Amino acid sequence: MARYLIRRTLFGVLVLIVVSLFTFIVFVKLPTQDPAIRLAGKHPSAQQLALIRHNLGLDRPIYVQYWNFARGLIPWPGFFLDPKVYYSWYNQVPVRTEIASRFPVTLVLTLGATVLWLLMGIPVGIMSATKRGSAMDRTAMVFALVGVSAPIFWLSLVLLYVFHFQLHIAPSTGIPEGMSLWQAVWSGIFVLPWISLAITNAAFYSRMVRGNLLETMGEDYIRTARAKGISERRVIYKHGLRGALTPVVTMLGLDVAFLLGGAIITESVFQLPGIGQYALNSLYTDDFPAVMGVTVVGAFFIVVANLAVDVVYAFLDPRVRYT
Amino acid sequence: MAEPLLDVRNLRVWFPTDDGVVKAVDGVSFQVFPGQTLGIVGESGSGKSVSMLTTMGLVSHDQAIIEGEVIFQGQDLLKLPSDEMRTIRGNKMGMVFQDPMSSLHPFYKVGDQIVEAIRSHQDMSKRDAMDLAVDMLRRVGIPRPEERANQYPHEYSGGMRQRAMIAMALVLNPDLLIADEPTTALDVTVQAQILDLIDRLREEFNAAVVIITHDLGVVAEHCDEIQVMYAGRIVETGDARDIYYHAQHPYAWGLLQSIARMDQEMDRLRPIRGLPPSLIHVPSGCAFHPRCPYVMDVCKREVPELIPSNGHHASACHLSLAEKERIFREEVAQQA
Repeated sequence: MARYLIRRTLFGVLVLIVVSLFTFIVFVKLPTQDPAIRLAGKHPSAQQLALIRHNLGLDRPIYVQYWNFARGLIPWPGFFLDPKVYYSWYNQVPVRTEIASRFPVTLVLTLGATVLWLLMGIPVGIMSATKRGSAMDRTAMVFALVGVSAPIFWLSLVLLYVFHFQLHIAPSTGIPEGMSLWQAVWSGIFVLPWISLAITNAAFYSRMVRGNLLETMGEDYIRTARAKGISERRVIYKHGLRGALTPVVTMLGLDVAFLLGGAIITESVFQLPGIGQYALNSLYTDDFPAVMGVTVVGAFFIVVANLAVDVVYAFLDPRVRYT
Repeated sequence: MAEPLLDVRNLRVWFPTDDGVVKAVDGVSFQVFPGQTLGIVGESGSGKSVSMLTTMGLVSHDQAIIEGEVIFQGQDLLKLPSDEMRTIRGNKMGMVFQDPMSSLHPFYKVGDQIVEAIRSHQDMSKRDAMDLAVDMLRRVGIPRPEERANQYPHEYSGGMRQRAMIAMALVLNPDLLIADEPTTALDVTVQAQILDLIDRLREEFNAAVVIITHDLGVVAEHCDEIQVMYAGRIVETGDARDIYYHAQHPYAWGLLQSIARMDQEMDRLRPIRGLPPSLIHVPSGCAFHPRCPYVMDVCKREVPELIPSNGHHASACHLSLAEKERIFREEVAQQA
């Protein structure tokens, strides 16, 4: 197992390198405004521009520039997103600091939505599978289809329109100046964002749970369980669900990791100052170090989650053993 | 004669489907006595498994139209509410299935699965139940049972898994053990071991056993009574001697003749001509008539009754007893 973990970790670092390289190349090729021009004041002289560019390291050869970024990939304190390189061109703040201060918002958004979609999706999936073909099942699956198909920006805007503008139940977008994250949560600012993120995923998970459970309930060991004379409830939950949920756990790990890297659309529509909004702003302002930083952080979460779900899977399914 | 442990009377199990009604079991009656081994023989689709699954209550009334009576220890199981049926299933009646790899839950340890069977019927602490489970594993011949109880099904060999399934079915000392193709998924050498095990346990536990199989070789040595099924009906019953040395039904003759023999010169195997019938469109009269080499007009019109010829040897065929004996003597006995 130890050898497996080491191999996966090294592979994970390789993934980060590839991701960062790719991002770097894309950015180099994109026609962007020279950051020196933006940072300099009005009517900069050529000398001033040259000086700024030198400070930003833009006069070094490309591979040297990349090498500086690459060193910031090592997930070790002191190296990771090294502020000498990952320094925002836009607002003169180390990228790392900015991400760290925005992370709690994204975390709250992700966790709340996750709990909500699990509470909605899994019971619906179980109910649909056990009462397959019934009116409840068909209705639930139609809703699920709608939930999966509806684009998240549309869903967010519709929720905002109905619950804030028409019904005046939900608060407005954004977190007011000076309000702490806790206060924001208590005042319900996150409720609509949670719901809009949760609906799409709940729909997807309910369909997945339904499909997996239907398949599991057709297995031979379910027949054996019934032949033992145990209660139907136990057959479904202890025997059927146990097999059906392992793929769900895998998906969950990846979905959560993906959202931790920033729910860009939801954060934008609801004006939440999380990593997603930061990513979007950085792209608009061609703030390359910030873009790299956010990309690396997002990739890092996904790499870690990939490894975590594989390890968890080995615990859940005793037939799987890693060497 | 003692009271039968299991008395199935005129059982019909029909499954409605989009293509029509599948008459899986169509008027089956038989009895099993305490301490007896009954072998139910037939090809796939003959209704042998469905009749026993219905007896266990594993075919529900929403899935199938079920008629007739299944009287077990004086109670008609078909009329029991499902809660009461659950107290009998796994407790007084145990069932072992064909493929032990897929029949045991892959995520739970074998010992825990047996403990679950115990504790759903008896009030026992986990420790006591585990002791009982380990003891049962020992009795079915699994070495080092304390260690093995802590392992998962995929860590067992095929024969061991089947032994574990048998242990699980017998742990609560049921009066009836039903084994549905218990050896089909196993190697030949292991098959013999498992069948011997079932024999031994039947004596130790004083249980009655029903073995469902398509393999005549399996029933020959291990069954007191044999019942041959075709298209959802019983076509012949008798003890092993009756069936092997005095078979009376053309289908049974076909089965005996189709056995591959090492002690004879054979150029080709002798299968039964034709294909098994559709259970939706069962042939009129005797269901075997399209494939029968001795078919007569009456066979296409009238369903033959299961008529005893002597004692309990009975067959469902319109041929006269004299003709049956002649045909067996002249044609089947030479080749079988």
